[in-house]
Amino acid sequence: MTALLDVRDLKTHFFTRDGIAKAVDGVTFSVERGEILGLVGESGSGKSVTGFSLLGLVDPPGKVVSGEIVFDGADLVAGGEEAIRGLRGKRIAMIFQDPMMTLNPVLKIETQMVETVLAHADVSRTEALTRCREALLRVGISAPDERLASYPHQFSGGMRQRVAIAIALLHEPDLIIADEPTTALDVTIQAQILAEVQKLCAETGTALIWITHDLAVVSGLADRLAVMYAGRIVEEGPTSEIIANPLHPYTRGLIESVPHGKPHRSLLQQIKGMAPSLLNLPEGCSFRPRCPRADDACRRAQTLGTPLPGRHVRCVHPYIEG
Amino acid sequence: MTIVADSVEQPVHPKRVAQDSPVRRFARAFIEDRLAVAGLAIFLLIALLAILAPWITPQNPYDLAQLDIMDGGLAPGEASFSGMTYWLGTDPQGRDMLSAIVYGLRISLVVATVSLLCAIAIGIVAGMTAAYFGGRIDSIIMRIVDLQLSFPAILIALILLALLGRGVDKVILALIIVQWAYYARTVRASAIVEIRKDYMDAARCLALSHRRIMFRHLLPNCVPPLIVVGTVQIAQAIALEATLSFLGVGVPITEPSLGLLIANGYDYLLSGRYWVSVFPGIALVVTIVAINLMGDRMRDVLNPRLQK
Amino acid sequence: MLVYLIRRLGQSLLAVTAMAFLVFLGVYAIGNPVDILVSPDATQAEIQATVQRLGLDKPLWDQFLVFVGNVFHGDLGTSFVYGRPALDIVLERLPATMELALVALFISVAVGVPLGVYAGLKPDSIGGRSVMAGSILGFSLPNFWQGMILILFFAVFLGWLPAGGRGETVNVLGIPVSFLTLDGLKHLLLPALNLALFKMSLVIRLTRANTREVALQDYVKFARAKGISHRRVVFVHILKNIMIPVVTILGLELGSMVAFAIVTETVFAWPGMGKLLIDSINLLDRPVIVAYLMLTVFIIVGINLVVDILYSALDPRVRLSEVKG
Repeated sequence: MTALLDVRDLKTHFFTRDGIAKAVDGVTFSVERGEILGLVGESGSGKSVTGFSLLGLVDPPGKVVSGEIVFDGADLVAGGEEAIRGLRGKRIAMIFQDPMMTLNPVLKIETQMVETVLAHADVSRTEALTRCREALLRVGISAPDERLASYPHQFSGGMRQRVAIAIALLHEPDLIIADEPTTALDVTIQAQILAEVQKLCAETGTALIWITHDLAVVSGLADRLAVMYAGRIVEEGPTSEIIANPLHPYTRGLIESVPHGKPHRSLLQQIKGMAPSLLNLPEGCSFRPRCPRADDACRRAQTLGTPLPGRHVRCVHPYIEG
Repeated sequence: MTIVADSVEQPVHPKRVAQDSPVRRFARAFIEDRLAVAGLAIFLLIALLAILAPWITPQNPYDLAQLDIMDGGLAPGEASFSGMTYWLGTDPQGRDMLSAIVYGLRISLVVATVSLLCAIAIGIVAGMTAAYFGGRIDSIIMRIVDLQLSFPAILIALILLALLGRGVDKVILALIIVQWAYYARTVRASAIVEIRKDYMDAARCLALSHRRIMFRHLLPNCVPPLIVVGTVQIAQAIALEATLSFLGVGVPITEPSLGLLIANGYDYLLSGRYWVSVFPGIALVVTIVAINLMGDRMRDVLNPRLQK
Repeated sequence: MLVYLIRRLGQSLLAVTAMAFLVFLGVYAIGNPVDILVSPDATQAEIQATVQRLGLDKPLWDQFLVFVGNVFHGDLGTSFVYGRPALDIVLERLPATMELALVALFISVAVGVPLGVYAGLKPDSIGGRSVMAGSILGFSLPNFWQGMILILFFAVFLGWLPAGGRGETVNVLGIPVSFLTLDGLKHLLLPALNLALFKMSLVIRLTRANTREVALQDYVKFARAKGISHRRVVFVHILKNIMIPVVTILGLELGSMVAFAIVTETVFAWPGMGKLLIDSINLLDRPVIVAYLMLTVFIIVGINLVVDILYSALDPRVRLSEVKG
């Protein structure tokens, strides 16, 4: 069986006045049906742009310049806007980062949900409303009728994100792209939403791409991880193996900077330096200026290698024990 | 603060510091836009024409001795009996339109420039006083500004001129009163941003005088937005003066600006002598468009929100 | 909400009072009010009567109160030219001006909003740039000049439309209107277009700027991610958001249109209040000038008040915060 989503050598560039920013520069990964993939990286690493590229939602001056996005056998890049629009909201849904910004402030929840149903299903308004109510109940929102008649500003952030998730689930999509959906929420709400999404995906067999900068959040959720740095995936593999034994120096740095499970008062490790400007990337490995293991070999162009079975890493000096 | 930073950097990167001088950076960004450069060139040419009017025009349009009623109503390019060719025609009194337009430009530009400078001066004082002292002074000044800006400029100018009567000085006064509020608001907005920064506390702690803080520290930061508002406003001032004069409440007949020339020719428009009205109109439009082309570019270059 | 209403009402009263004071100062303090308010060929007895009626022998402050009292009674003096109450004369001209302003407002929205949305969605296209260039011209060229060009082109050159006047009117509820007769419409079209052009530029700029801003919002991206049609994204999600600021500004601009109608009415000989004002200035008919100014100030302040209240009713966010507050 082929993968649900197969992304090959995707490049999304931003053509700014100061030059071309290669936000996504040759990203390759795949997602199986029902699988949860964690896409991890710092802000500016290109992980959100990757997500938007999948749905054809990159705003100018950004543009998908090359690569393939094969969803259930069809190439979305070659198919153009028309191919993607039919899938959006129906087979591929997206949840955004800031729930305060994702719902239109001047439209009732009802309007925003019903239009989503009607965009892909030929049903009556009453039928559409019934579906909306069900969807709200499923994400744990009680009294859906009252909620449907409300405007977004009458909801809390967590509640709005639930509504956004309910909208994403309306057509029981094959794939949900979640772009840091919990970052803007309180920690307690964060945990609830996480559990909710995990449960719903398991129930419906929906695959999930969870985009985050927070390794701690995604490690308990994702089946596999892909770590992005400066527009490229630097390491990819099963979550448990990466957490236990990160091969790329950047991944190791990320894991060591997470405060969990460390002796009290032990010093947190941090990655030195700052993420490079996408306009002016260093040649060879982009992480080279910040890497403790860098040497002259890192100045050459890097390829994704497979030093261990099922583990991919873009590094000439991976941490391989023994 | 900046002085210290410069003296450290200069020996290391002399070139970079020179490039980063704000005026140069502005000039470089400005000339990138060919339309804006064209606007600047046209405006300079117009200004030069207006300044040199008495020496370059074929006749002094207001010296009645030079006018010959026999030359009245000549079409553009027609020659008179005396052999002089009127490239833009003449009005019914035999006045050379080209000369009249250049003189008209002169009055239009003088009115706009003088009122602009006075309005800016008043606006700076009012805006900075409001921003610097805050509290009640601020709210009184800004109330007046808001009140005035809630009424259309043309209405206020008309009220004033209906009461004051015609005259170049009165038009200038009306334009000052109409315009100062824009500058006051602009200056206050940028001054308040600056006052909230830490170095202002430092300046106050050093017990520098109010005037020194206001003019040496605050004012320079208000200059870029003032330039932008000023360029837009000078075009508006020219247009407003022309409108007032067209309505017959602006400059007197003895000193016709472009607006009054257009109004004088308006009666002949329907009878086919379009040039008496249309050529001054074109001169007015070219002036305003040239200024706006510069203004648009300046706004792009000086607007911090658009800078990367 | 009630507190807000009262506060807003107070502000409006303050604005009217301030402008009344200015007009009063202009008329009473700068010149000799007897010269201003009494016809030049009045007899000594008439002058005496006016001095007493207006209390010109009293201190300035008392005079202002008398002036305000008279204003409240609708007494703004008697026109020198027409020999009738000045306010009546101005009010007779009000329908013509309001019709012109409202039709112009309608044109500026009906044409300006679509153009602005288009330019906002495609800011770098040739069409978008042309719309912007056109709006810069419309904004910066003097209104009277645009009117002249309209006359030159449509009335003189093409001969399609009349160059001035109001044409045939019919009475609706006792108010004469032009737009219901063909002749009236023909006369109305050019002046309304002239008055609309200036505001249209404003509408285009405003709509474009708001469209660009709203189009970048997450909720528009989210709406697209839901798979709804492009048309629905534009006409529901974007348009509904930009209409709030556009309607607000436009409401406020209606007042300035009444003022700007002075120019258009003069160019097209449209028999409204504005033309009356210019004629009165030329004839030194000062009571009519004062009546015009007070009425216009009142209209502008009133419109601002109504728009503010409507605005708070239109935007669900404002509505809620005001209820809470």
